[in-house]
Amino acid sequence: MAELEPRVIPIGPFHPLQEEAEYFKLTVEGEKVIHLDIQLGYMHRGHGKICEGKTYDQIPFVVERICGICSTSHPFACVQAIEDAANIEIPPRAAYIRSIVGELERIHSHLLWLGLAGHFLGYNTVWMWAWKYREPVLEMCEVITGNRNHYAMFKPGGVRRDIEEGMIPPLLQVLDKLDKKLWMLTKAVLDDPVLHARLEGVGILTKEKAIEYSTEGPTGRASGVAIDVRKDDPHAAYDWIEWEEIVLTEGDVFAKAKVRLLECLESTKIIRQCLEKLKGLPEGDIDAKMTDPPDDEGVGRYEAPRGEVFHYVKGNGSMYPERYKIRAPSYMNIKSNEVAVLGGSVADAAITLAAVDPCYCCTERIAAFDTKGKLLHTWDDLVRLSREKTAKMGGGS
Amino acid sequence: MNLSAGWIIFYLLVFPGFLFTTVVGLVYVWVDRKVTARVQFRVGPPFLQPFFDFFKLLGKDTFVPEGAPRSIFFGAPILGLASVSILSTVLLVSNFFPSQAFGGDLIVVLYLFAFIPIILIMGASASSNPISALGGSREMTLYLAYELPLLFALATIIVKSGGQLKIGDLLNWQWANRPFLYSVSGAFAFVSAFLCIQAKMGFVPFDIAEAETEIMGGIVIEHSGPVLGVLKLTKAMLYFVVSIFLTIFFWGGFRMPVKGEWWHIFGWLKPIAILVLMVLIKNTNPRLRVDQALRFFWSIVLALSVIGFILAAVARSAQTPILWL
Repeated sequence: MAELEPRVIPIGPFHPLQEEAEYFKLTVEGEKVIHLDIQLGYMHRGHGKICEGKTYDQIPFVVERICGICSTSHPFACVQAIEDAANIEIPPRAAYIRSIVGELERIHSHLLWLGLAGHFLGYNTVWMWAWKYREPVLEMCEVITGNRNHYAMFKPGGVRRDIEEGMIPPLLQVLDKLDKKLWMLTKAVLDDPVLHARLEGVGILTKEKAIEYSTEGPTGRASGVAIDVRKDDPHAAYDWIEWEEIVLTEGDVFAKAKVRLLECLESTKIIRQCLEKLKGLPEGDIDAKMTDPPDDEGVGRYEAPRGEVFHYVKGNGSMYPERYKIRAPSYMNIKSNEVAVLGGSVADAAITLAAVDPCYCCTERIAAFDTKGKLLHTWDDLVRLSREKTAKMGGGS
Repeated sequence: MNLSAGWIIFYLLVFPGFLFTTVVGLVYVWVDRKVTARVQFRVGPPFLQPFFDFFKLLGKDTFVPEGAPRSIFFGAPILGLASVSILSTVLLVSNFFPSQAFGGDLIVVLYLFAFIPIILIMGASASSNPISALGGSREMTLYLAYELPLLFALATIIVKSGGQLKIGDLLNWQWANRPFLYSVSGAFAFVSAFLCIQAKMGFVPFDIAEAETEIMGGIVIEHSGPVLGVLKLTKAMLYFVVSIFLTIFFWGGFRMPVKGEWWHIFGWLKPIAILVLMVLIKNTNPRLRVDQALRFFWSIVLALSVIGFILAAVARSAQTPILWL
């Protein structure tokens, strides 16, 4: 049955493995994967361009909708870019609240991934349990921001809602319960012998390859690449509190799962400290007003659950930015699968592809072809066009 | 032994054959889904849901992929359904009316059991889809993996009962002495047969041939409408058949170890208990890779059943057969 001539097993463009449009073209010999071709770009929405037509107050709402899961990471980086351009210092209370919301998002995103990973392995009980324990996190988000997702919490200069004194003790109680559940899940996953058999040594991404492919976030940290924007370029409240960066060296799927689970526990630590620190700060001081629109460039970085989110904004003194650029982590991480799945079986490919926690909304880029299939703009064309535009606008080197 | 044609048709089509197995099988599917749901903090489907699912599929269109030989594509599921019906008839007739069973029915049961994966592989290769070919090759590997331990497990109980090849005689032996499960060698054989059955059912951790998130249903990817419905129905009937298979061969059939006819009603709980155990294992494990499954069956499971077989042989060769061993 398994003849040894190579044939193609498609994963995508629509596949029960992942609920978004993506296309992994696996070339296999029998069950062994010998080549992987990754094709993305089924859902291009042009957020960068949309942002150039919005005012600075509207942009956080637009970038929030890039991804439902990272719906605070993009605004986080966005408001930091705008603040950087406009030279605004945010009040410490706003910084703590930003970190709290960011870390809550990290927990729910990692639990979501854990559930999906279980589902991909046919372990639907883990799926349901992880998502059940994700529920209190979403409820905490709702209590703090008013929404379970798409929080609309951030604005250039601060945050929109305060965490009042009376809310802190109940939130701490929920965190204690959550901690116990997270420990239980972590132990259950790390001690399961069948999971060990399925995940250990599968889809290994070596440190060299991880650096070569510019992987970031848990994907990189599981391969020994110790990068975390929260540590390397501290912002919000991250350098005022104690926490650890989780770095493992194995680089296999099991390490990626372990990094995420341990990060969840770190996140509860961060949230707990932030909530404690909030008690000593004056209530209501959450917004440094942005008076003038920026007339300068600014960049904002934030460590999203999947890796570094990078936003660039160039203002020209008007209400609208002249240029807006977004770079999301999944685009780098997904490409690293080219080496990670090689040599494994089709069964391993499914979980390896999912192990980078791919988020396809973040990855959309387009390439223009004419009707005969010829690429219209090559790399050199694009560089030339970009330089011409910069020159026309009278800036740049 | 001398049955009229009318009775044979009744047995095959109504009770305990096709109709009865269909209904009970779909109820078993409901038990599976409900237990799974409760394990996962969900509510689970209403009682009639598996019936609705089946009837819905009957009303849908069937697509025949280009280049698929129609005779095999349509024939394989029907053959599968027929073999499961016969399987359940043979097993249940031996249990309820032992006098009407025929000699060597154990061999027939084994053949029909082996027939089902072959049907699935035939259906898969008839659909000319690379993914279902992959599923078919996985099913084939899995079949080769679990068949030998299963045969050893059955050989164990045959040796233990002193060479009975009739299901009725095996049952009589268990009623006269004790169920095979309550002896050391029988327990070994039961554990390995149980794991083999888990693989035959395509339950996690051995749902390798269907693996929804890897190969999208694998062997059944190209089937739709009534053809898929018949395949699903075959699977549902197999739920019931494998649990009575284990009950009859290892747990003394539907009889309870107490006096009084009425108590035997509770014997119907035995296959349900076995089903629930299977469902719990299914819900507490991730899927294995096919090479890992092959290694698992040919090392651990085969070792278990061979140990059981040797113990049974030792127990039998004693002056008076040792019942507990």
